[in-house]
Amino acid sequence: MAAESYPDDLLYHPGHDWARIDGDEATFGITWFAQDALGELVHYEAPEAGSSVAKDRTYSEVESVKAVSDVIAPLSGEILEVNAAVAEAPETVNADPYGEGWLVRVRLTEPGEAGSLMDAEAYRRHLAEQG
Amino acid sequence: MQTLLRTPLFDRHVALGARLVPFAGWEMPVQYEGVIPEHLAVRRDCGVFDVSHMGEFEVEGPRARECLQGLLSNDLDRIEPGKAQYTLLTNEDGGIVDDLIVYERARDRFLLIVNAANREADLAWLRDHELDGAEIRDVSDDYALLAVQGPRSLERLDLPEAPAFTFADGEFDGGACVVNRTGYTGELGVELLVPTADAGALWDRVVARGAVPCGLGARDTLRLEVCYPLHGNDIGPDTDAISAGLGWVCALDKEFTGASVLRAIKEEGPAQRLAAFVMEERAIPRQGMAFLGDDGEPVGVVTSGSHSPSLERGIGMGYVPTALAAPGTELTVDVRGRPRRGRVVKKPIYQREERNGG
Repeated sequence: MAAESYPDDLLYHPGHDWARIDGDEATFGITWFAQDALGELVHYEAPEAGSSVAKDRTYSEVESVKAVSDVIAPLSGEILEVNAAVAEAPETVNADPYGEGWLVRVRLTEPGEAGSLMDAEAYRRHLAEQG
Repeated sequence: MQTLLRTPLFDRHVALGARLVPFAGWEMPVQYEGVIPEHLAVRRDCGVFDVSHMGEFEVEGPRARECLQGLLSNDLDRIEPGKAQYTLLTNEDGGIVDDLIVYERARDRFLLIVNAANREADLAWLRDHELDGAEIRDVSDDYALLAVQGPRSLERLDLPEAPAFTFADGEFDGGACVVNRTGYTGELGVELLVPTADAGALWDRVVARGAVPCGLGARDTLRLEVCYPLHGNDIGPDTDAISAGLGWVCALDKEFTGASVLRAIKEEGPAQRLAAFVMEERAIPRQGMAFLGDDGEPVGVVTSGSHSPSLERGIGMGYVPTALAAPGTELTVDVRGRPRRGRVVKKPIYQREERNGG
């Protein structure tokens, strides 16, 4: 299990999802907090490449032994690639939530939406407020 | 808001970093390090569970035996002092008020260990049906119970081998306890009963001998792999023992509450059965999901479902029409709108011997 961290180069959605923006593309995943709350992941219900995702809407599910959690799209776009390694070995998300444990890569259709996401400091505050 | 009860080991669970959840009115550890490592510790070595939330009743007196024979499905005449028996408290409809283990301390003195969630219901049921000459006492608050389970459990505690479903006074590292050769994991193991005041010292001695602290999460996955029903999920007041595959704990040649209903169900054959299944596609079945027929309509319901840490795939139990209950039958589970294939298997889903092969 990785140590708790919220990298400064990512943007965060209050549903405990992150986005790493690279031009008109982005990579999505779930935060350290989300994977810790779930426990060891045993299933990733991956979406299909080519399908579209809408900001604030569920695009996949992750499951631990005891729980199922919807994964929320932090931004809108079209899925370019699904992380097949996570579908094979979902515990990768626990080990490296911001690296090897990414979930999908998307082409952004509404890049302007990024302005509504939190930076790392705001997300840490959000977590603290949730207590 | 109702205050959650705490076992005498609560502070130890907190100190170990357990994740605590409400369960049957108690604040209980669901996991420490994680469900999977705890589960595997029990399958491969030894784990310890605080199950002090479970209820204990003493039934004593010249008519104690007669009283229990009329209320419990199994036949007490099959056991003797020093032996224990898995049995059901049944209602008039043949439904299951609770499943429990009865310990025969003497011909006229018994201990019942019951599900925490049913403590009040059981006590009310027993009091409503008690006989003069059979005194029923709820002694749950007087006792703590630790389940020490796994292939190395006896060796780690230096306890002698004993047949399953026996119990005796025992002792290790200078402390006494009642050693029950019972459990809920499918592994070799014991359940240690001590006065509440001795619980902390007993836990410390067990952990010092290398038992891995395990939470209710692993307890659930372990019992599901070996198809032990969970009351409230797989069995309950509205399900009967025959459909649940518990006919083997119903002595239908004696009289007990609901026996005539159960005889009739057995005679006619139950319309549905509690089947065990494994998923053939990648998906985790969960309680409440529907089994789908060929036409896509629901034909049954999953009563317990989980990822199996031993088999590394989705497993479960659920009620299906008898025609679909035979091992090998293909089943479709509605996983949040996605039909996923599974197959009925012979119980238990996981067998201890499998470990030797791999």
